[in-house]
Parts: sequence; C-alpha cells; structure tokens
Amino acid sequence: MGQVVFEHVNKVFPGGTVAIDDLSLEVPDGQFMILVGPSGCGKTTALRCVAGLEKPTSGTIRVGDRVVNDVTPRDRDIAMVFQNYALYPHMTVYKNLAFGLRQRKTDKAEIDRRVASVSTMLGLDDLLKRRPAQLSGGQRQRVAMGRALVREPSAFLLDEPLSNLDAKLRVQMRAELKRLHTRLGITTVYVTHDQVEAMTLGDRIAVMSSGKLQQLGPPQELYDEPTNLFVAGFIGSPPMNLIRGRADGGRVTAGDLTFERSEVADGDVAVGIRPETVVQQSDGLPSFEFLVDVVEPLGDEVVVHGSTAGTTVETGAEEEELPTMLEGSRAPITARFDPGVRFHPGDRLRLGVRPDRLHLFDLRTGAAIR
Amino acid sequence: MSEQTIEEVTGEALLEPLPDDVDPGQGRTVFSAWHLVLLPLALVMVIPLVWMVVTSFETLNETRQFPPVLVPGSIRWQNYRDVLEQAPFARWFLNTLFVTVAVVIGNLVFCSLAGYAFARLKFFGRDVVFLLVLATLMIPFQVIMIPTFLIVRQLGLIDTLGALIVPNLAGAFGIFLLRQFFRTLPIELEEAARIDGASRLGILFKIVLPLSGPALATLAVITFMWTWNDFLWPLVTIYSSNNMTLQLGLTTFQGAHQSNTHLLMAATMMSMLPLLLLFFVAQRWFIRGIATTGLKG
Repeated sequence: MGQVVFEHVNKVFPGGTVAIDDLSLEVPDGQFMILVGPSGCGKTTALRCVAGLEKPTSGTIRVGDRVVNDVTPRDRDIAMVFQNYALYPHMTVYKNLAFGLRQRKTDKAEIDRRVASVSTMLGLDDLLKRRPAQLSGGQRQRVAMGRALVREPSAFLLDEPLSNLDAKLRVQMRAELKRLHTRLGITTVYVTHDQVEAMTLGDRIAVMSSGKLQQLGPPQELYDEPTNLFVAGFIGSPPMNLIRGRADGGRVTAGDLTFERSEVADGDVAVGIRPETVVQQSDGLPSFEFLVDVVEPLGDEVVVHGSTAGTTVETGAEEEELPTMLEGSRAPITARFDPGVRFHPGDRLRLGVRPDRLHLFDLRTGAAIR
Repeated sequence: MSEQTIEEVTGEALLEPLPDDVDPGQGRTVFSAWHLVLLPLALVMVIPLVWMVVTSFETLNETRQFPPVLVPGSIRWQNYRDVLEQAPFARWFLNTLFVTVAVVIGNLVFCSLAGYAFARLKFFGRDVVFLLVLATLMIPFQVIMIPTFLIVRQLGLIDTLGALIVPNLAGAFGIFLLRQFFRTLPIELEEAARIDGASRLGILFKIVLPLSGPALATLAVITFMWTWNDFLWPLVTIYSSNNMTLQLGLTTFQGAHQSNTHLLMAATMMSMLPLLLLFFVAQRWFIRGIATTGLKG
C-alpha cells in the first residue's frame, strides 16, 4: 500500500553540503507524518527525494512496496503540493486539475468525473473556468491540493503548503487539511518549519536538524519527553526555558533553583522548565526568583516574560539570535498563567515548579536525562 | 524561491505584453521638457522617410533638381506601376516573404529547443558549449561569410532560396534570448509537471513555451526584421533575378551609369510596407526585446 520508507538515506550536494545524514524513517500507510525543523535542516530535500526531484546519494527510498530510487517522478504514484503552489498560470483551474490525468492518457469521461468530484469536495466548482491569477491565495491553495487529490496517488507530499497564507486563513486551511486526511486516509508527508502546524496536524512528527533525525514520535510525546536539547527548544510555543545547572551528588542546582534528583550522575546539566508548569505559590516546591519584565494578557492566558539568576542554554532551535537586553548573569524566563493574575513590570517574586515536571539534559551531549 | 507566488512571476501580467499604463498611445496630453529634445530628434528620423515617400511620387526630372523638390507637381502613381511592370517585383516579394517566414519558424523551433537545453538540462560541458555559442555572437558576419558560402555550395544550394534559409535556421542570439527567459520561469512549474507525468518535451511545449509568449514574440519580430532587410548574404549567393529578395532586387534600379531614383524609391517604399506594418502591430515587442536582452541574468 502507500507506505513511504527511508532507509539510511544520505544526500550530499555537489560542493559537499550534507543535506540529509543517514535518515531512516517509516511512514505507515495512511499516516500523517510531519517533517519539521528549522530552515536548512534537510526536510524539504528529504521530501524532494521521495518525489524524485532529487536523487539520494545513498540509501533506499520506498513508496508502497517498491524501491523508487530509479523510478521517474511520473511513475512513483505520488503527488506533491508546492510551497508556492506551482499552478500552471496559462491554464484554467479545470485544466490545472486535469493536467496530470491527461498526461497519463486517462479517458476523458473519467477525467471529468474525477475533476468534478474533487472540485466539489474542495468547493472549487465555481472557479473551474478561472485562471490562477484570478484566484485568492486560499483558492489557489485549494486548487493545488485538488491537483494532487485528483490523481488519487498512494502518497501525498506537501512542502510548506500553508506558509503563503495569512494567519487566519492558515488556521482555517489547517483544519481543512486534517479533515481531508481523516476522510481520505492517504499517506501524507508534510514538511513545515512551523511547530504549531506540526503539533496540530501530525499523527507523528519527525524533528530534523542539520540533516539528522532528532526525534520521532506522536506530538504529545515530543512535547512531554523531548529526547534532546534541540527538540526541547524547538517543540512548544513559547519554548521551554533552559537554564544551565550542575548535578552534584543527586542534587541539581541551576541559578537559585535547587532540587533533588537522585539518579543523575554528577556533571553539567541543562534544566528545562515548560512555561505552563510554574506556579505562583511556592510552598514546599523547588522555586526560583523571577523578575517580571513584560506582561502579555492573551485573554485565555497570560504570558509573562522575565528573568532569573543564571545562564540560558542555546539549543540551536532558535529562529534567530536575539540580543537579550538582560544583564550578563540573568537568564530569560517565560511563564504562562491563567487569566486573572496581576503582575507588573518590575515585580520580583518566587515561582515554584514540581520536580517531576522539570526536564534535565546532559549539557555535554544534549541528551535528555530521565 | 522567495515569498513571491508563481502567479506574481508568470501570471497574467507576463502573458500580456506590457501593462496598459505603458501603452505608447497614452499620456500624450502631458507635455514635458523632454519633448523639446525628442521632437527635433523625431524630425531627424522621419525626414528621410518622408523624403522617400515624396520622391516615390515624383518624375525622374524632379528627383534630379537642386534644391530638392519637396512638393511634386503631381502625384505619379505611375512610378509604382512601372516598378511592378519593369521588374519581377511580386516574385521578389514572395521570395522574401517565404524566406523570412521559414527563417522565423526555424528560429522559434530550434532556438527554443537549444535554449531550453541550456537553461534546464544538465549535461556534461553545458556551460562551455553555451559560452562557445555566445562567442559566435562576437564574430562579424563578414568573417564567416566565405566559409558559409563554401558549405552552402557543397550543399548545392547556391542561387536557390535554400541558401538564404538553411544557414539562418537557428542563431546564437535566439538561443541566448530564450535561455535567459526560460531561466526566469519558476522551476517549480516544471517540477510539478514532471510529477504530473509530462516528459521533457511535453514540459517544453505545454508549460514553458505557452508562458514564453513575450520572448518568442520578441525573437520572431527581430528575426523577421533581420531576415527581411538582409542584403549582403543574398547578394553573395543569389544570381538569377527569379530568386532575388527585395533588398537585392532594389539594387537593379540603381545602375552604374543611371539611377532611376523615382522608381527605386517607389520600390523601396513597397518593400518597407510590411516592416512598417509589423512595427506598428508589434512595437511593444520591439521595445521589450531591446529592454530585456542582456538585462535579465
């Protein structure tokens, strides 16, 4: 059926750039798999290898039960949606949808039937005679989806299909995509750099960085148990707070936060605190000092940015280096509270956190300590 | 690929020759200081043309007077009739038309194929070969005229229309022009077509060429003009009156001892009509061609 499998796939571009480094990944039939990572992490190259637009340097790629390394894109039985949609500008919507079928010498009546069914499903019926330039962004996006759907492929490849839409439309199309997948159950490989899209859409998520697979698992698992610093820093918005610390005889100290963790070997560690796990009353809990800087009331929650004593840990997952306006010995902290809390910039308080909700990473290897 | 969508790159705007607001007919009510410069320049350009038209209606005597007669005594249509009677003018016209159309079609077909190969196919030595093709642009025609003549003679084409067509079926200029244009088309369109199942040729004919209207039109117009006006090559290869093109035929009105200036001008006038017509119909392509060649990398 429509499974997609990477076996030890490597891709080195001429010039020596390693785009994919020994990627092994299995997307079972019908699953919605997300490849996520910062730009340049190899996720799009991986997708293009499945499509046949790039040839892996080594390793095997399977679609269904076939090894497709030497199969042309045409015969791989896949369909792809491009980031910029790549609709043929000189063709009407109908012809855009029908193009793939025509190239395969599909019977005219069959083409009409399939185009009609897809255009009804996606609400394109009234647009069939228009050219892409006469469509709105959301409509173009749906036509691009339709062009893939109409082929009835065994796997869908989507390359950041929502990134050209405005924020509101993106949320709408995200839900529509998920609905479509639930309904059709076609194997889907979806590339994005947006971790919210990744979390909301994926059955499973593969987090990639520098061409390597960092972690593979269902969204909640990645959130709850990131296997390394990169995934910890990448998944979650706002991201996990990470403070440099030290484990010594079963006792971990980071800034002025101290807690017991008996099984940890001595050494430098990173302590990870999810923004929503902190509480205001700190009685009995390990706690740290917090200086409020910015308060963002969002209605359903309040996000508070501030700082604590200590040093932050870089994970490589940051979108870009932001100069912190903090003094040298303080680490930025983001915390989320229920609405109703009253904080003001300049407030100094103590925040507590349950020890079992703290994440620990070996600072040398980046691996999680459990 | 930037955040720009494909439709912005190759949308309707590109299928249209130029946006309407660049239409040369508009904005003529606005007078600017530039017109003080442009008007005399335009006059300098137009006067010879007008003089030619005037002369073509004069008698032989009038053409020989000094100062030149700018308003002829009467309009002599007879000159035009004489041209058509004294020379196989219609034949020359058809010859020229046939040669020009064949060369234009040849250039469109072969330059598309070669330009696409240089733009998108990956093959050993591609860039070197392309540089060699470009280098031929810098060799003056006079340098290769004799070798070309020898080849054409070996092909047995001397003094036939084939001699005018075959060597000109493809040109470095057209290959360069189309390659540059093809490279500006978003590669994703071709990738999408490959996944959709189109072959290389299918992509060229169904995706790339339909989106290349402006470049193809530019190439067609420029090739048409070059071929129509070509004089030297026909002079070298064509001897018999029946196979002459217009430009060559016109010289027969200009002998060593006597020039029939009034007939020459009438004939020239007729030979220019198609080009004038073409220019009025397709001037936006001329302008675009001049504006785009060599500018887009």
